[in-house]
Amino acid sequence: MGRVWIWADVSAEDVATSALELLTKARALSDDVGAVALGPGAVASATALGDHGATLVYASDDERLIEPTSRVAAHTLAALVASHAPEVVLFPSSYRARDVAGRLQAITGSTLMANAVDLSSIDRARAEILGGTTIVEVALEGASPHIVMMRPRSFEPSPVGGTAEVVEVDVVAPHGLAAVRVLERTDAAASGPSLEGAKVVLAGGRGLGGPDGFGLLEDLAAAIGGTAIGASRAAVDAGWVPYAMQIGQTGSTVKPEVYLSAGVSGALQHAVGMKGSRRIVAITKDAEAPILRLADLGVVGDLFQVLPALTEEVRRRTGR
Amino acid sequence: MNIVVLVKWVPEPQGTPRLGEDHLLVREGAVGALDPGDEYGLERALQLVERDGGEVALVSMGPEIAVAAVQRGLAMGATRGVLVTDDALRGADTLVTARVLTAAIRSLGPVDLVVAAVESTDGYTGTLPITVAELLGLPSVTFATSLDVVEGSELRAERQTAAGTEMVACPMPALVTVTTGVAEPRYPSLKGVMGAKSKPIDRPTLADLELTADGTRSTQAVVSVEAAPAKTGGRVIEAGPGTATEIADLLTEARVI
Ligand SMILES: Cc1cc2nc3c(=O)[nH]c(=O)nc-3n(C[C@H](O)[C@H](O)[C@H](O)COP(=O)(O)OP(=O)(O)OC[C@H]3O[C@@H](n4cnc5c(N)ncnc54)[C@H](O)[C@@H]3O)c2cc1C
Ligand SMILES: Nc1ncnc2c1ncn2[C@@H]1O[C@H](COP(=O)(O)O)[C@@H](O)[C@H]1O
Repeated sequence: MGRVWIWADVSAEDVATSALELLTKARALSDDVGAVALGPGAVASATALGDHGATLVYASDDERLIEPTSRVAAHTLAALVASHAPEVVLFPSSYRARDVAGRLQAITGSTLMANAVDLSSIDRARAEILGGTTIVEVALEGASPHIVMMRPRSFEPSPVGGTAEVVEVDVVAPHGLAAVRVLERTDAAASGPSLEGAKVVLAGGRGLGGPDGFGLLEDLAAAIGGTAIGASRAAVDAGWVPYAMQIGQTGSTVKPEVYLSAGVSGALQHAVGMKGSRRIVAITKDAEAPILRLADLGVVGDLFQVLPALTEEVRRRTGR
Repeated sequence: MNIVVLVKWVPEPQGTPRLGEDHLLVREGAVGALDPGDEYGLERALQLVERDGGEVALVSMGPEIAVAAVQRGLAMGATRGVLVTDDALRGADTLVTARVLTAAIRSLGPVDLVVAAVESTDGYTGTLPITVAELLGLPSVTFATSLDVVEGSELRAERQTAAGTEMVACPMPALVTVTTGVAEPRYPSLKGVMGAKSKPIDRPTLADLELTADGTRSTQAVVSVEAAPAKTGGRVIEAGPGTATEIADLLTEARVI
């Protein structure tokens, strides 16, 4: 099996878990595994990437690599691809990955497979389509490298205790790059455990009726402990909670021990981000809501009654 | 200002589309329509030309029935449409689709802004517009939740990022992908619907677009299809006095409390 690369999303703080997940798959496919990390934090990420099985890490901390259009990153990656000829580049499904992979495809003229959940060989991917209701096996052809974007949480990160050699990358800025300026940046303040790492995820939907409804979930989360709060797109689009909390096709994928939703109907695009959860509890007043078909325990009733009573019962047991 | 909006016909915007024997989407008998996700960007584009002057053109690739999707966009207020239909394009992958849309955009002459949705309702790869941007040599601003044009030459957009949000200024021409946050789509008026019938829809062939058979051959093919496993063993109860205990028992059993 030939050379397999992964794209590592990095930030000044850390390397994304998705990169470590992809390395698990890359190692299963090949002995020749490289990682590409572009932007501040890249060089430091080599420790974790090596520990998870990358033998080479192509890295640069250059600030230009995180300009908002991702053109510099895509062209820098394309130059690396041209000189080292990997057969596959695995990407996560993040925003930055979409921007970089989409441009890479235009430059290399390669096939691009999105929403993949597995790759049995460099030319055979499995993907979830139609909102996760259908799984297809897809033959990939054409120019190298095949570009495959994996759904989050498709593989478990597993450290192997290796050390990667770091290769400093030359930044390639495409000709005539128009200046794109970031006028303002707002970080969504993250408090408590991350959605993707929490043991318990509480999800709120339109049924919560407004931002105040999320207060009920906060109370329950405090009583349980180690709990993250997420939301459906309807709640995000209504402006009740920040986008960082969205679960589903366009947001995070969660696989906690327990996922509990209140006022979420369970549309396909939401389900794709939560149906892998170990146990699913859903509270909705609509007995026909699709989420009830995914639930281990479905409760048909008014969340404004069920949630406070549940919080009280949990407090009684945990003493929090 | 010339704005192009990419619009896609989708087979079942509200329901679940299915695959046929040939492993391609079933189109016959499907109640297709303009992808609802495309209406937000189209609405914002119309608002911008209504304010600053100019025209909105629609570009689409799809089957014959996709004319209905283009007509819906014309009824909302776009000036003209380009729809590329060819049997050779059935099951086209993202690379082929991007090449076709790029050629169709070019056929319209100079463009200041290309608008697309972040992802389509049925395909949701979410990369296609970015590939088009690279093929056109344009900068792109993706995941925009607001979109404005300043002095006809610079776009301003707030975009979602993994960390939060950022406000960016980007010189035009440029491509932008938008979420449902950018505008509230209008319903076409009766006048709009009537007027749409006389608006032009170009139907170029692949040859007209100077695309070769080689450049439009798909590089992926579905070889097998299976239904995702369905959940079994779940229970649904009516809320009552014992509900809190029952849920709490499940949490205890899962060892999270
Ligand atoms: C391309 C695309 C991408 C998308 N991506 C995502 C995504 O990433 N994530 C996502 O979530 N969605 C996504 N969506 C949207 C998705 O299709 C649904 O519209 C959305 O998930 C619905 O959110 P909801 O369940 O909160 O609202 P609704 O569907 O309106 O459901 C509200 C539920 O609350 C219940 N309810 C109301 N009041 C009460 C009460 N007092 N007590 C108990 N229950 C109550 C109702 O019975 C109903 O079941 C996407 C859509 C498209 C087209
Ligand atoms: N066949 C098509 N015709 C026109 N626009 C398209 C087509 N496919 C995708 N698009 C545009 O690209 C966006 C993203 O599509 P996708 O990559 O399928 O998620 C869509 O929301 C449309 O705006």
